[in-house]
Amino acid sequence: MAHYIGTPTSRVDGFAKVTGAAKYAAEFNVPGLVYGSVVTSTIAKGRIARIDLSAALRVEGVLDVLTHENRPTMADNDQAYKDDVAPAGSPFRPLYDGRIMFSGQPIALVVAQTSEIARFAASLVRVDYETDTHITDVHCQREAAIPLKPPGDPIEAMFTPPKTRGRPEQALAAAAVRHAGEYYVPIEHHNPMELFASTVIYDGDGKLTVYDKTQGVQNVQHYLCRVFGMKPEDVRVMSPFVGGAFGSGLRPQFQVVLAVLAARALRRSVRVVLTRPQMYVLGYRPAMIQLIELGANADGTLDAIMHDAITVTSRYEDFFRQETGWSGLLYKCANAGYKHKLARLDLATPCDMRAPSATTALFALESAMDELAVALNLDPLELRLRCYSERDQHNDLPFSSKALRECYRQGATAFGWDKRNPEARSMRDAGDLVGWGMATGVWEALQMPITVRIALSANGHAEVACATSDIGTGSYTIMAQVAADMLGLPLENISINLGDSSLPQSPVEGGSWIAASVSNGIATTADAIRDELLRLAKQMPGSPLANIASGEVTLADGKLISKGDASRSVSITDAMRHAAVDRIEQEKTYNPSNDVTRAHNTHSAIFAEVKVDEQIGVIRVTRVVSAIAAGRILNTKTASSQILGGVVWGIGMALHEETLIDHKVGRIMNANIAEYHVPVNADIHDIKVIFVDEPDDSNPLGIKGLGEIGIVGVAAAIANAVYHATGKRVRDLPITLDKLRL
Amino acid sequence: MTEVENPGSGRDAEKLPRAVQTTVRERVGAQSPMTTPEAVSVRLTVNGTRHSLLLDPRTTLLDLLREHLDLTGTKKGCDQGQCGACTMLIDGRRVNSCLTFAVMYDGARITTIEGLAADGALHPLQQAFIDHDAFQCGYCTPGQICSAVGLIAERRATSADDIRELMSGNICRCGAYTNIVAAIQQVMGRS
Ligand code: FES
Ligand code: FES
Repeated sequence: MAHYIGTPTSRVDGFAKVTGAAKYAAEFNVPGLVYGSVVTSTIAKGRIARIDLSAALRVEGVLDVLTHENRPTMADNDQAYKDDVAPAGSPFRPLYDGRIMFSGQPIALVVAQTSEIARFAASLVRVDYETDTHITDVHCQREAAIPLKPPGDPIEAMFTPPKTRGRPEQALAAAAVRHAGEYYVPIEHHNPMELFASTVIYDGDGKLTVYDKTQGVQNVQHYLCRVFGMKPEDVRVMSPFVGGAFGSGLRPQFQVVLAVLAARALRRSVRVVLTRPQMYVLGYRPAMIQLIELGANADGTLDAIMHDAITVTSRYEDFFRQETGWSGLLYKCANAGYKHKLARLDLATPCDMRAPSATTALFALESAMDELAVALNLDPLELRLRCYSERDQHNDLPFSSKALRECYRQGATAFGWDKRNPEARSMRDAGDLVGWGMATGVWEALQMPITVRIALSANGHAEVACATSDIGTGSYTIMAQVAADMLGLPLENISINLGDSSLPQSPVEGGSWIAASVSNGIATTADAIRDELLRLAKQMPGSPLANIASGEVTLADGKLISKGDASRSVSITDAMRHAAVDRIEQEKTYNPSNDVTRAHNTHSAIFAEVKVDEQIGVIRVTRVVSAIAAGRILNTKTASSQILGGVVWGIGMALHEETLIDHKVGRIMNANIAEYHVPVNADIHDIKVIFVDEPDDSNPLGIKGLGEIGIVGVAAAIANAVYHATGKRVRDLPITLDKLRL
Repeated sequence: MTEVENPGSGRDAEKLPRAVQTTVRERVGAQSPMTTPEAVSVRLTVNGTRHSLLLDPRTTLLDLLREHLDLTGTKKGCDQGQCGACTMLIDGRRVNSCLTFAVMYDGARITTIEGLAADGALHPLQQAFIDHDAFQCGYCTPGQICSAVGLIAERRATSADDIRELMSGNICRCGAYTNIVAAIQQVMGRS
């Protein structure tokens, strides 16, 4: 019975967050805690020739300075450093040796009694380098970019371009209308508000409790065990609250390695907090150069799609995602071809950032579709409808559900799309040019195996435990809602334990898969609880449920109730008291069915209005409507916030965000949030979120996940609106006013 | 009102473990140690509690609260005055505490997020933030709420556009802005 699922329930952790009681990684204080301050490299490539610690060590209150020369032993093989989501290659090893592979690389950790002393002493570490020539500009590596290797395992295969379909070159040559364009998305950084931090509590017996900013406590725990040769029972990783991550916390980051190194070396508790500039080497959305070619028939159907991409990676790991294949998935088209090359640069390895690959790929594809609509003299929405695909053409499969048509319809109505004048520069509001643009979004609906433990007390209180995270996504809340409904208890009677590596297994929180996985995990375990309760209830003398099968009862209002006859029921309390049981505990693993007969995706339609000051070119995004098809929505309040956040990110991507590198020194120039622009309150105006109905039976609860779909397509909708307002097509992001030159 | 004497605020009284002392000193050799600046005494009232402190003069107000007084509700998002996560109220005015040395405010009255709820009852803004889901990860939230308290006291905002402009010193990377504005409007409408 659904009392809570599908309702706008307020966050169950809301009280903790608005009162300041919620504790993040750098906020666990213990007596005797000491502080680490990180020293980073000032060159992009080379070796440390000499590192002089004498001045730093002379500072009163400094306990030690760790470098590659004096650090305690760490693992000496790549396998140890390969975390659960590491790409192919040879992972970066913090403080391992004197090699410098990117500017901003950590090279020393000063540990001192206070953070003030550590920071001051860190400024006194003197380093001489032997410098090698570096390349950090993707445009200089264009020719040297290398095609992706054939996939080495099923995960890599997911990220490798799909096979060519039909004969795209010939179809393109024969097309009635063609469009070709090159699109560019620069490096972008996640910039979660919380600084990356680890507090390592050193227990007397050498055991460690590590409070870490991470999206995967168990990933970090396994990694630390391998790198430091520790036993799993000696390392517990915790992250009860995470101040945003957006992908930057999927892999263990270097601050946790440094903090653990120092705690083991000094045998005491250590905190390491990175500075905002130091966070710019933790991973980023790789810059992407894309060439899109579209060939259409005169009636506005597509006949050819070619999507070529060059993306950035580091010298030591090959990071890539499914950058090109989205094009051939989204629209009906008999002929499609893809190429993907990697440009290796002297930078840190990129990492996943909110809807990795789809966000960048759909900026290009959806801009190109807008340009094709102009060439065909067709309404951009009408073009999408003519190219609508009912099947996943990569594998020729039906979708488990696809309510994209409904997104287009409801989104267009809410926006008032039918009042759009198709002419560019035709709409005005006082002195401003007004533009309306639209785009489509797509993402995957994935699920992962997950284990959930539920402990039910005779007083009708339940504890739900799983090692997953809540990075702001609302896991605490939806888990409580699902548990309350599945156990038939009030929401207040549910407590959620997460963000602790000692809890039952969970994958990292990413890919939009946690909501579906953990909710079905809770349902699976709740069924086991129900069965156990039924077993106890049947033992009661004259039990009203004596001859009933487990599928025939449900838990509601604190009772086991016969589905067929609601008058036959036993309360949880009675069943447990009678059996003299205080607590029932069950732990079950949810293994999602591996349904390869259908494609599983979420979709969206985004409509955007921009107003452009004709004199100075300032762009404001005044209205956005985002219509989402993502299966069953567990919580309309937190789900809507997820999408709002995605739209805000899309606005940032379209207009503000760009990591700038001084290629001469190979260093990021705007490694702070004053010069790396993220949207602020004044940038954000009216945003409307619509969830369209989309029943789906891919999992028992019909859930698809929402973390990424909100951002996909937004930048293209805005770029298309800018074109409509100004007649200028900007193909490289962000659309800053210098690019408009009206 | 309670009074807390906190000389040296705990940390500098600590001794280095012997083994560590030797290794560090061996490496430094005969050179004399570089001493830290002389501690300064500061008196502050934080959420109604008076504190007398002896501090390294480089201690920011933010670090004083987070690292010395265990008041971790106020957040550090940049330590550079760029994000507003560290916003607290000093004598009623909203201030970025990361850009403020504690010694600059000797004698001041400070209110942090922990001091807004009176006797367990949430401040109307705290309740409005929950009702409107004006946050996701919650990391910018204490700063947003303290900033909004300051904003309302300033009486400068009369429209949603004013709120957006005057709250733009508080970044929310989760992008909860529209809900933040709605929450503030709800409370402003009432006051
Ligand atoms: S931490 Fe003070 S403004 Fe960012
Ligand atoms: S709620 Fe996460 S930064 Fe604002």
